[in-house]
Amino acid sequence: MSIVTVQLGQCGNQIGHELFSAVCRDVHGTHGLCSKKENESYHDACKERFFCQEESEVPVARAVLVDMEPKVISQTLAVAARSGSWKYDDRSHFCQKQGSGNNWANGYSVHGPRHKEAIMNLMQKEAEKCDRLGGFFTIMSMAGGTGSGLGAFVTQCLRDAFPNSFILNHIIWPYGTGEVIVQNYNSVLTLSHLYQSSDALLVHENDVIHKICAQLMNIKQISFRDVNQVIAHQLGSVFQPAYTAEGDSDYSRNPLGDLMETLVPHPEFKMLGLRNLPQMPENFLAYSTFSWPGLIKHLRQMLIANAKMEEGIDWQVRPPHPGSSSRSTSKPLHFNTSLANLVILRGKDTHSVDLGSFRDPSLYTSWLSPQDAFNAWRTPRAFNKYEKSAALVSNSQFLLQPLDSVVGKAWNMFASKAYVHQYTKFGIEEEDFLDSFTALEQVISSYTIL
Amino acid sequence: GQCGNQVGCRFWDLALREHAAVNKKGIYDEALSSFFRNVDTRSGGDGADIYKGKIRSLKARALLIDMEEGVVNEILQGPLRDVFDSKQLITDVSGSGNNWAVGHKVYGCQYRESIVEKLRKAAEHCDCLQCFFIIHSMGGGTGSGLGTFVLSLLEDEFPEVYRFVTSVYPSGEDDVITSPYNSVLAMKELNEHADCVLPIENESLFDIVNKIHQMINSGKLGSTVKPKSLVTSSAGGAKAVQEKPFDAMNNIIANLLLNLTSSARFEGSLNMDLNEISMNLVPFPRLHYLVSSLTPLYTLADVNIPPRRLDQMFSDAFSRDHQLIQADPKHSLYLACALLVRGNVQVSDLRRNIERLKPSLHFISWNQEGWKTSLCSVPPVGHSHSLLALANNTCVKPTFMELRDRFMKLYKKKAHLHHYLHIEGMEQSCFSEAVASLSDLIEEYNELDATKDEPRTDPPRLKIAV
Repeated sequence: MSIVTVQLGQCGNQIGHELFSAVCRDVHGTHGLCSKKENESYHDACKERFFCQEESEVPVARAVLVDMEPKVISQTLAVAARSGSWKYDDRSHFCQKQGSGNNWANGYSVHGPRHKEAIMNLMQKEAEKCDRLGGFFTIMSMAGGTGSGLGAFVTQCLRDAFPNSFILNHIIWPYGTGEVIVQNYNSVLTLSHLYQSSDALLVHENDVIHKICAQLMNIKQISFRDVNQVIAHQLGSVFQPAYTAEGDSDYSRNPLGDLMETLVPHPEFKMLGLRNLPQMPENFLAYSTFSWPGLIKHLRQMLIANAKMEEGIDWQVRPPHPGSSSRSTSKPLHFNTSLANLVILRGKDTHSVDLGSFRDPSLYTSWLSPQDAFNAWRTPRAFNKYEKSAALVSNSQFLLQPLDSVVGKAWNMFASKAYVHQYTKFGIEEEDFLDSFTALEQVISSYTIL
Repeated sequence: GQCGNQVGCRFWDLALREHAAVNKKGIYDEALSSFFRNVDTRSGGDGADIYKGKIRSLKARALLIDMEEGVVNEILQGPLRDVFDSKQLITDVSGSGNNWAVGHKVYGCQYRESIVEKLRKAAEHCDCLQCFFIIHSMGGGTGSGLGTFVLSLLEDEFPEVYRFVTSVYPSGEDDVITSPYNSVLAMKELNEHADCVLPIENESLFDIVNKIHQMINSGKLGSTVKPKSLVTSSAGGAKAVQEKPFDAMNNIIANLLLNLTSSARFEGSLNMDLNEISMNLVPFPRLHYLVSSLTPLYTLADVNIPPRRLDQMFSDAFSRDHQLIQADPKHSLYLACALLVRGNVQVSDLRRNIERLKPSLHFISWNQEGWKTSLCSVPPVGHSHSLLALANNTCVKPTFMELRDRFMKLYKKKAHLHHYLHIEGMEQSCFSEAVASLSDLIEEYNELDATKDEPRTDPPRLKIAV
């Protein structure tokens, strides 16, 4: 089954490009560490998932590029074509000239309806190229105007046009100290609208990835390209082919569906966080060895202590004592309760890894059994030159604090009515803001009492 | 007016210089098309625009308006004559006599149709018209009066297109006695019809020019300064070396406009369009006055700039002597701040400097992290990187208050009023309304300043029934 990637706005297009590059590089790399047959199987599955190879010489990414100004798309198309190893379909993009002005209302209420037909035509065409459509993966930032506003509108349209397809929104959470002054308004409006039409929201926080670049990757002058490459690596570690069940002989053909099934048991809980280890500069890889028990132990502690990366983990945080009468009163502070978790293991000896520690009932909320709440995917095929790597996709309280923070700041600004005239100018009224705030306070409340 | 056209002339010269430095192949590209049309002059300049391919003849997307001919004629006889079409000009002979009323009421009325027609023509040549830039001075008659007339005309005829105004405010020692009247009458128009105003004071430009002269002549630094890098220089442009006294100051404003639009013209990892400036920096419609600062003022000939110097660039942007009006944003209240960075600067440099400078700046309670940033990969000519900071800050208040004081000094004595009142359409109420508008604006800034030292209390959040 194939995934159609929708790249929205400057951020979406820049990341999308890095994602396809990373996936392509991984597939053509010689460090698979597995049998030739396995490698071929992986290669084919990956190709079907992300690329199309009709009459063209190089694989063509299954993607639709959308932006309201032309510079980023033309650059993205050119750089991909220059790589010589893959490219985009020249016709599969839509852009305008005037931009969205960082204005969610402009993206959602003006550009959306105006260009709906043209954009949905492109989606339809790309979907038809797939033998079997596995769903849509949309990449967008919450802070700006196009990715956020137009992205929310497009997601709604996709939901209407493809009611039986999966839609996973990849969302970039902006830096806390702004990239855009109205980013909190744009974020609140985006999240509340996406919650209605999307199946799940997979979040990457710029602050977190920035820290990974600084502390783990040792990059001195971090550029957005560096940040985007780390994000692409993390996405690849989730979406590259894997076996979803023990004894499977074929790579899973429905990655988005499988993801939703394991991680989103209830529509009120759609916020997914992503952790991946190990993460280090490429030139360190040759000198590093890892043991699975070590990696799993770190990953589990990252989950329960809500650590954003493998350094600086708080080892003092422990799950609540089993057998205590009331779970909520005995729950230690800073403990991250999970609804559902998915661990993906890639590389050497994955079949022998013991994941029992992730099935501990004390990690989870009470209304799902650990058998249902925890799943593992594996593949012996190593990813991106890491001999062993593990990814965790978690539906837990990971994003509770960032969400609460964004809503708080937006509410604070809304109380003074600052900038609201910029939104009402394009048809988003104060009541619309209030509806969005209410929806998100509901989500915060649900996750808090998990 | 004279100021607007002189600054404009410097702007077009430096714009051509900037694009020439980037565009090596002489192809008419997207970046050029933002400011220039590409025409084939063999068909008399009336031929259709050429959208792709080699550059034939570049024409500025501009309207030059002056009620006397001297300045515009000089431009048309100078090295930039081919950049302008005779159909883009509106001139008269007698001037506005430093009288806002003559500019606004008399010439406004007389030239209204002609202006609208030429604007329409210019707009038709654009694929996607995003914004108008108005360059003028506040103290005279044409720029101030006719300029603000054109501003309200733009709002009527093109309501969806953003209106950015670069206004040069007169200093206290301005030799035009009636400049306070002209300025206050013009302020009312700016309050009501502009989307964004970048006020500039001659005093500040003058101080910057002097600072650079002192630095060059002191011989302290030991290294030579790259001539093209001076924010005041015309080096490398079409203009001959002999510079007029205002040229250095006008080059600063020209550089301001180039940096403001750089991220819209050239590529970068975090783009910023002009509509984003208005969106992020104008929290309430009337508070649309932005204090600007440009750094660095020059580049030394050393090639490798260590990060310490880069950080110095950020610090300078917030210092009093780099602001283009007489103001000190550090000791006033920020409503919002934008940093437009060009050249080899990455997001980590931005983040590091914002974290470093934030503690010493006062931001309003509901916008504590109110930063808008952009990264454009193409640096200005002669620099490896540069920074333009735009601040919506209450430090504009003193400028406006002084203006009002100078106005009241004249108005109380009714000095020179008769020159205005005998113009048809002008009444005493024009004056009282104008100063009331200014006072209201000052009062809004006062109210915001009053919140500065209040303890911060966040409004209670919505409660959800579980």
